Amino acid sequence: MQQDSSNAGKNPSVFSRRGFLKGAGAAVAATGVLGAAALPTDARSSEPTTVKADEVVPLRFTLNGKSVEVKVRTGYTLLETLRDHLDTTGPKLACDYGACGACTVLLDGTAVNACLVLAVECAGRKVESVEGLEQGGKLHPIQEAFMAEDAMQCGFCTSGMLMSCKALLDRNAHPSHNETADALAGNICRCGTYFNIYKAVDRVAKSGGK
Amino acid sequence: MSIEDRKVKLVLGFAADRQEVELTIPDEEPTPWDLESKFSVVGGKHARVDALAKVTGRAKYTHDINLPGMLFGGFARCPHAAAEITSVDAAEALLVPGVKAAIPMTQDRVRYAGQPVCALAATTRQALAAGIAKVQAVYKVLPHAARIDQAMADAAPLVHRNQQSNLSGSGQPRNAETVAAELEKSAKVVRATARTQVQTHASMETHSSVAKWDGDKLTLWTSTQATFGVRSQVADALRIPEANITVICDFMGGGFGSKFGAGYFTAIAARLAQECGAPVKIALDRREEHTDTGNRPDSIQEMALGVSTDGKLGAYSVKIHGTPGIGRGAGARNPMIYDFPREMRAVAQVEVATNAGPQAAMRAPGHPQGSFALETIMDLAAEAIGMDPLEFRRINDSNPVRLQQYSDGAKRIGWEQRRKNGSATGRFRRGMGVGSSTWGGLGGPQAEVDCKIFRDGSVQVRNGAQDIGTGAKTVMAVVVAEELGLPLTKVSAFMGNTSDPIGPASGGSTTAPSIAPAARQAAYLAGRELKALVAKHLGVNADKLLMKAGRISTAEGKGLAFEEACRLIQSGEISARGKRRSNFRTYRDGVAGVQFAEVEVDCEYGLVRVVRIVALQDAGIIINRLQAESQVNGGVIQGLAYALMEERVMDRQRGHQLNADFEAYKVPGMKDMPEIECVLYDIANGGNNTSVCGIGEPTCIPTASAIAGAIHNAIGARVLSLPMTADKVLAALAQRESGK
Ligand code: FES
Ligand code: FES
Repeated sequence: MQQDSSNAGKNPSVFSRRGFLKGAGAAVAATGVLGAAALPTDARSSEPTTVKADEVVPLRFTLNGKSVEVKVRTGYTLLETLRDHLDTTGPKLACDYGACGACTVLLDGTAVNACLVLAVECAGRKVESVEGLEQGGKLHPIQEAFMAEDAMQCGFCTSGMLMSCKALLDRNAHPSHNETADALAGNICRCGTYFNIYKAVDRVAKSGGK
Repeated sequence: MSIEDRKVKLVLGFAADRQEVELTIPDEEPTPWDLESKFSVVGGKHARVDALAKVTGRAKYTHDINLPGMLFGGFARCPHAAAEITSVDAAEALLVPGVKAAIPMTQDRVRYAGQPVCALAATTRQALAAGIAKVQAVYKVLPHAARIDQAMADAAPLVHRNQQSNLSGSGQPRNAETVAAELEKSAKVVRATARTQVQTHASMETHSSVAKWDGDKLTLWTSTQATFGVRSQVADALRIPEANITVICDFMGGGFGSKFGAGYFTAIAARLAQECGAPVKIALDRREEHTDTGNRPDSIQEMALGVSTDGKLGAYSVKIHGTPGIGRGAGARNPMIYDFPREMRAVAQVEVATNAGPQAAMRAPGHPQGSFALETIMDLAAEAIGMDPLEFRRINDSNPVRLQQYSDGAKRIGWEQRRKNGSATGRFRRGMGVGSSTWGGLGGPQAEVDCKIFRDGSVQVRNGAQDIGTGAKTVMAVVVAEELGLPLTKVSAFMGNTSDPIGPASGGSTTAPSIAPAARQAAYLAGRELKALVAKHLGVNADKLLMKAGRISTAEGKGLAFEEACRLIQSGEISARGKRRSNFRTYRDGVAGVQFAEVEVDCEYGLVRVVRIVALQDAGIIINRLQAESQVNGGVIQGLAYALMEERVMDRQRGHQLNADFEAYKVPGMKDMPEIECVLYDIANGGNNTSVCGIGEPTCIPTASAIAGAIHNAIGARVLSLPMTADKVLAALAQRESGK
């Protein structure tokens, strides 16, 4: 079941032009574009459903381990849904077009720019934001490492950095600096904390944590 | 000297240059820390006090404020670089469902593309965007001069109506004639013109404010470098008492100089909120952030330097053109780092108005521009007389700290392996360069800090200014922990609310050196009250009590644990306020820095890879080593980007910024990092009771200069224009080749 839901949702190409949806007027039926993907409340059915652009639909997904339900417009991004409607403001909006990584969250374990994902794409799927890193009152090792190495200054990029690091460490417990750079290439830090981010990732890798 | 004053002897400076000074200080001041002070918390490597909030996403920035019923505010903007406004009509915008209010910005002319003409508030982001699209503005488009060359051209369109020319400046500088005469006589005269680009601050958190009214009381959350400045500016703009305004900035996502003012958007948010009877949030988007929140002005610097055959600096003249956009203040600072004879320096400043967003202070305003030019002419002069550029600097720099830094840095970068300019061959060529900096950053009044000690043994320190990510909050906490002999975990620190005591704007790297001494004094006074209670309780002399390792006791060990002592507090808390006084005698006027760079140039493609930077920085007495290093790294990285990557590009035809984004405006990323070696010098600069210096700014000054010198060394040709992109490197190489 889990598998089905993620497959149904994981068809990102059909949503890749969110600019179209964001810009499309309420009257424009986006049937052709949305095709087989949008099943806002229940992604388990295999029947394609169509929704119109800028329609209000109910949406259910798992956020940091908890099931959440929220009404969204079909043009909403995951980022604005989290920030404006679920008060989950860890992910930041710094460019709104996929160029900075401040909004990075994990979607079914993969790091994505939440500003480039439509909320409706997340139906039935698992979203993790920085708020979910801490488990049972215990910080994730990468959070501890960021604190110890001072891998933050203003901290505005930090949530996104942490999520990109987590995605990296989940699939590669001992990344080289090149691999770390690849994984974080989409995350900008204007304060210039990169050096300490390398150190933080190294620290986790050395301690064998994930 | 009043009865209460006392004399103290201090040792200022650093190991290689100790200076003994005697001071008279008032009774309520602790004895200033100096070279002899022994610390247990100060100088350690501490996680920031707000690190936990930042890594858990609990830190709430202005962008993150969500209030019930909150509206989104934003602006309709003019698409023309210069135009007369015939009319602005928001009637149709107000018909869009969700749009609640529109306030036209009263003006008859726009002077840069993207200037706001009408503000709107709406229930959703989508309604706001739809509303903005419906604002009808009619313009009479005028010719523009968006670039410096356009603005300097003959018969250029005038940016300001009331001026005869786009150029305004100092005219004939002081000493011009003496300098010209001296240059005539010089053994060697080197001439060059250096150009620097417009750089934008590009803070990750865009300029933003949330306004909320409760009756006639206004609360503003704002992303600012000056909470108290915002309070007074908004009070002026709205004509309401300052006492009715509370400004909050708990966390702040970067400013780099662009966030001193309240900005038009803050007062507008308040007015929209008033009109709609609901809170309003305005957060600029990325394009607006690039085009309408300030920038570092560009420059054209024409220089001539006379030098003797044995390498002593003679006369120096520089004429600087720079663009503040439609604002004021485009000066490149060309400070007296080296020992120029004072009367042998002629600096002419000319501001060139352009149809572009106004400039704003940016990290060490004026200095990186000036440094690039100055170090360029220094390197060219050294080459002209056949002297090693480092040696050339050494014999022309009398600052003892930098002299130490030259020799330490040379060892670390391996300067003795540096080859002669242009002697490297092959496709990949390596080179080394050096640059220097000077900065103030010693702070001063006005800053006040409250320190409270509670009955349960907890300690709190508060100031109403902001921590913009530099770690000012942590600096206060460390200083207080040290003074009270406590571990850092026992002290909580709060900043960013104007209900708390007054503090400075975060500019000139003055926040830490302004608030830290006030924090220390507050802790000293609060600690003294606590000591008095302990002294009475134990029947000992309060003067004999020390606060150390969590205890308050005599040298012989008679005393109480800090927590036990706090239980003697009857009233619930001890509260004391420290006030920053003006500086007493300092070791030097400012802080000194030197940076070395090693680069590798790919001579086939013109690409420059920075291999290594060694940054040597005077940092006063270092409070938190971890943060101080972060500051240095951050400065170096911005300097590196200034050297090689960042540049605002204005379209000649339409006067728009072509790269108002994060794709074509290239800020550095993880992959652009060189190895950075950071060498901090603990220097007791004096001036206040902590000897804290700010180092946010100086570290971004000499990076581009050092890289330019390294490229010069690698390829044997000087790139005279920033950023030093591949095309310019190849052009310099080609010119060298053709000159052969
Ligand atoms: S806000 Fe999503 S990538 Fe910048
Ligand atoms: S810490 Fe400020 S942007 Fe990264």
